Amino acid sequence: MIEFTVWDILRNLLLATRWTILLSLVSFIGGGAVGLMLLFLRISKRKSLRAFAKYYIELFQGTPLLMQLFIAFFGLGLFGVDVPAWLAAGLALIFWTAAFLAEIWRGCVESVAKGQWEASASLGMGWLQQMRYVILPQALKVAVPPTVGFSVQVVKGTALTSIIGFVELSKAGTVVTNATFQPFTVYGFVALIYFTLCWPLSKSSQILERKLNVAHRNH
Amino acid sequence: MSYHFEFGWLLQYYPQIVKGILITIELIAIGGVLGISLGTFCAWVRALGPAWLKPVIAAYVELIRNTPFLIQLFFIFFGLPSLGLQLNELTAANLAMIVNLGAYSCEIIRAGIQATPKGQFEAGASLAMTPFETFRHVVLVPSLQRMWPALSSQVVIVMLGSSVVSQIAAEDLTFAANFIQSRTFRAFEAYIVSTAIYLALAILLRQVLSVVGGLIFQRRLTR
Amino acid sequence: MSLIEITEVRKSYGTNEVLKGINLDVEPGEVIAIIGKSGSGKSTLLRCINGLETITQGSISVAGAQLLDDEVHLKALRLKVGMIFQQFNLFPHLSAGGNVMLSQTVVKKRQKADAEAVARKMLERVGLGHKFDAYPDQLSGGQQQRVAIARALAMQPIALLCDEITSALDPELVAEVLAVVRELAAEGMTLLMVTHEMKFARDVCSRVVFMHEGKVHEIGPPEELFADPKTPELKQFLGVH
Repeated sequence: MIEFTVWDILRNLLLATRWTILLSLVSFIGGGAVGLMLLFLRISKRKSLRAFAKYYIELFQGTPLLMQLFIAFFGLGLFGVDVPAWLAAGLALIFWTAAFLAEIWRGCVESVAKGQWEASASLGMGWLQQMRYVILPQALKVAVPPTVGFSVQVVKGTALTSIIGFVELSKAGTVVTNATFQPFTVYGFVALIYFTLCWPLSKSSQILERKLNVAHRNH
Repeated sequence: MSYHFEFGWLLQYYPQIVKGILITIELIAIGGVLGISLGTFCAWVRALGPAWLKPVIAAYVELIRNTPFLIQLFFIFFGLPSLGLQLNELTAANLAMIVNLGAYSCEIIRAGIQATPKGQFEAGASLAMTPFETFRHVVLVPSLQRMWPALSSQVVIVMLGSSVVSQIAAEDLTFAANFIQSRTFRAFEAYIVSTAIYLALAILLRQVLSVVGGLIFQRRLTR
Repeated sequence: MSLIEITEVRKSYGTNEVLKGINLDVEPGEVIAIIGKSGSGKSTLLRCINGLETITQGSISVAGAQLLDDEVHLKALRLKVGMIFQQFNLFPHLSAGGNVMLSQTVVKKRQKADAEAVARKMLERVGLGHKFDAYPDQLSGGQQQRVAIARALAMQPIALLCDEITSALDPELVAEVLAVVRELAAEGMTLLMVTHEMKFARDVCSRVVFMHEGKVHEIGPPEELFADPKTPELKQFLGVH
């Protein structure tokens, strides 16, 4: 039986981590873009648009991410579309991230005092201008901590894509475990690498949150 | 479109689906109760407990919150046997869920404890109650009440996350869906139906938790 | 031997000394009003007596027992000395009766039935027997404060510390609370009250302590202190020129 060194194991895992990072970035940025559109729909004046956004968000927040991945991967394939694992993974994560970010940002927009809407309206601004020049800038500040906090969930979410065959850190963990029969060590390292990716993001979110509350108290 | 949708044949897999639903419910029932209990203990330690225990709990919480549930599950099911601890898939699944919800609910409940007005602690102390008696009789229930919506959300999140236990062959709803898909290659129907059931379970769970909250907490909190 | 003996008590928060050597002896049955500007240390002194604040120097003894900063001594002290707070601090998840019963069952280990009987009696005493099942959010400020008094009385203390107990009340509710305190004083309860209610202090108290910048500046019976303030600081505080 081949003897595997710790470095062999670690090297394989670290190489796969690149894909975790890449998928996380694509999902977060893509999800942010779609989420922003969803946000505008969710707070739109048109009832039908609001309803669409509301049900979209409830659907993606009320069902398991794993199921969404399965549907993206297996389901779409049945329509004759050949869906590679990375595409299914990316699309599913983007749509999932969008739902959560839209909800987080909606909370932030709604936390901007109603008086700001009234003041900007009485200055003659249209809805889009109000959002762009008055509301969003203020909502942005409040939005940073929870958005950074959610990025942690995105990184952890990429682990599920291993189940549909996308080769990232968790998949590498499974493959290496099957080769080395050292699940304790391998999954231990996998956990450590995820921790190294996630913990700085978690901590930043906490620090930003604290700074924000200090700022609020000084008003 | 060359695919022909049919849902009727799913009925023959009714037993697997029902078993899957029951296992999923059992997992969140046990996981929910024990997870929140663990979280309450950990929250007490972090907010009010002995100094030497705080870093231990802090390490546990940070570790769980910064690693994927899938990996926690794999570590418990595949990794622990090398330490001599062999668990069957349902026990491992339950344990993973309890450990996971424990960490998240710890932080939620801790926020609730720390939002308790200082006067409550002082009133308890001035009535000659020990710090633990004050926690148990005065602080705990209002803290839980304060955070009940956030706690409920987290329980639903963990229930949806339980779909991952299918990967260690625990026979939950996702396992049933995969089973059906692998037998019939009718992925879309199998997954759509199970996703719809998950959605229904999530909505139902929210309702149940709301009712439970109403039963435990008699008065609305003003602070 | 006085009921409460406060000897050379000093307290600092870091480098800021808030109590600069307090000496005060309280006899059983005395009703003492502590008056002074904000920041003079009045509330801090009161909170030191039942151990909510720790003292940096000096000693406090209650009914002959020294106040020491460990759980056992603090608990014994708090069984003798009760406290009423400015913000009432009622337990919102318990009814008025529940509030008065809790400490009896948990600390004094009384049977629930006995605790309930005592609770009803105490609530009657403060005029709220009919509100046994009401919750704090259903009660007015004055009623809540009276429940707080009943709650402290249920522990059968030998003295009560009252920390500006009417300051958070609307003016029309102040009277009902002071009426209860007046009755307690008449029954012989030892009371230390930090208060801004000068008229009440004049009518009910046996001695008034005027605190200024962490020290006892003047002390004496209300007739003397209010009619003939000796120091310029007290004159200024009372608005007398």
